Amino acid sequence: MPKLSYLKALNRALGEEMERDPSVFVLGEDVNHAVTNVTAGLLDRFGPDRIVETPLSEQAVTNVATGAALWGRRPVVEFAIPFLLQLVLEQVVNQAHKFSVMSGGQARVPVTYLVASSGWRPGWGGQHSDQPHGLFVHSGVKTVMPTTPTDAYGLLLTAIRDDDPVVFIAPRVALDVREDVDYADLVPVPLGSARIHRTGHDVTVVAIGHHVHDALAVAEALADEVSVEVFDPRSLYPFDWAALAESLSRTGRLVVIDDANRSCGLAAEILATAAEEMPLTAPPKRITRPDGAVVGCNPDLDLALQPNRDQLATVIRQVMKR
Amino acid sequence: MDVLREPLYRTVRLIRRFEERAIELVRTGVIVGGIHPYIGQEAVAAGVCAALRDDDIVLSNHRNHGHALAKGSEPRRVMAELAGRITGIDNGRAGSLHISDYERGLYGATITVGHGAAIATGAAWAASRDGTDRVVASFIGDGAMNQGALLETMNLASLWRVPQLIIVENNLYATTQPVGASTAGSITGRAEAFGIPGRTVDGMDPEAVLEATTEAVQRARSGGGPSLLEFMTYRFDAHHTFEYRVRLRYRTQEEIDHWRERDPVVVQGSRIPDEAREHIDQEIEDVLADAVQFAQDSPKPDPADALEYLYATGLRPRPGVVS
Repeated sequence: MPKLSYLKALNRALGEEMERDPSVFVLGEDVNHAVTNVTAGLLDRFGPDRIVETPLSEQAVTNVATGAALWGRRPVVEFAIPFLLQLVLEQVVNQAHKFSVMSGGQARVPVTYLVASSGWRPGWGGQHSDQPHGLFVHSGVKTVMPTTPTDAYGLLLTAIRDDDPVVFIAPRVALDVREDVDYADLVPVPLGSARIHRTGHDVTVVAIGHHVHDALAVAEALADEVSVEVFDPRSLYPFDWAALAESLSRTGRLVVIDDANRSCGLAAEILATAAEEMPLTAPPKRITRPDGAVVGCNPDLDLALQPNRDQLATVIRQVMKR
Repeated sequence: MDVLREPLYRTVRLIRRFEERAIELVRTGVIVGGIHPYIGQEAVAAGVCAALRDDDIVLSNHRNHGHALAKGSEPRRVMAELAGRITGIDNGRAGSLHISDYERGLYGATITVGHGAAIATGAAWAASRDGTDRVVASFIGDGAMNQGALLETMNLASLWRVPQLIIVENNLYATTQPVGASTAGSITGRAEAFGIPGRTVDGMDPEAVLEATTEAVQRARSGGGPSLLEFMTYRFDAHHTFEYRVRLRYRTQEEIDHWRERDPVVVQGSRIPDEAREHIDQEIEDVLADAVQFAQDSPKPDPADALEYLYATGLRPRPGVVS
């Protein structure tokens, strides 16, 4: 079976969707030379009217995508670095997201905002290392963060085909993941559908983004003492609350690990919802970056601010004692 | 031009009286939250939209009622929208600020000043790349000239040679800020810096607006790219009806009186026979009497539908309270 990398999965999904639907096109910086590899080979296949190189004008370009979507196109706007989503927060949240309701259902804005590499990398600086997914979940913009090549493929297809704006965030650490796949098995993954990577009966670990792989490693390391269920939401908004309730009905214990700041983060929402609505036999816990954390300034300091496997193992044991 | 004399008068008169009737409804509480009256600037909407085809596209802003009416939206459905009724053109979800009418090519009114022009660039890009000859007119004000996204999109529109008209309604004030105190250089100079032809035109005369816009539309339709038209105009009324209560003093009465001497309704009305004008006036009174009645009589939305239309796919989000 061929090995599929995360970036190859994105490239494959994008190319297939552009082939299938002539309304799909890409806007972004350095897409002609495929600096992120997402658009590799697509300029030759589809030409400059489908792979559209843009100047460094993210705010206007994001609104250009909205305008093209109102016309009937399905734009994919590629951002190489996560802070650019913060630069265009207004254009996504206050423009694209609101056209459907403000037009009383006349308008559709089927735009995909694809961040090809999000989160921390050693030495990339304090302005290149954020995880902005919580901002979009809070705003009600559909947001996905797949962590495997097959899910990246399936969720990119779904994001492009969805009639609403969708933020697609590829966690930097997950880009290194490769899978043995049969291409025939690659299919769209619906929004709001979680994936249980490992079943367990003692504790549910909801792992956001690349922490899915950390959670799997910790679950394996602790297998002799505790049975850990690894729950990957994949789609952060809408969230598969029914699947979480089902998992907690079996385990009764919850740990969330999310590489994002603590206050008002997605981990807080998951804990709050579980506490309000789901059966828990022990107080839930979360592992996040600290409140207001800025990472990226110094690799040695950064590691002290981000969730890790040791913390996860410790917290799982704490939750099991209650 | 002569053949359009009466239609142009009809449009400016319709907008004027529509706004006056809407202000009455603001005062009586039927329209909640006030409006941004277009009174004084009617020649711009009338002249620009008369140069467009039905299938051309418009992007508007917070002062949008005139644009909608000039593009052909039904007055009764616009009035009902202002009053938040389900018979409104946007099912009561746009209010005064965000009118859109996709049947008339009005893609929306977005109030992040100047940013609608970038949405227009996207629609114009798609229109040209799909091989059509449709053009997109984006209405902005003088205040928008200092928004970064507008300058970004002027660059894109020129670079990509899209069929876009950047219509600047220079009414001399961004709320209370005089244009001279906020905008360095000149508005047309900024267009020229991006290689976009720019013209400053009398915005109180519907026929002058129509003539200038027709030229720009022809250029856009024939692949000649975007244009910027700066129409010198003036709003006779408040920035927003909240001014009736706060009495801001950023303009002199002499200045307002000076501009009122060139009232576009009078300018255009003087060009047609009295009999025709009186006939049009009466017809408009009837249309607006119906519109006001329709707005007042129409039902308000059901609170149970408060989350409707939030997602084009029909996704219903979680409620705010779980029992």
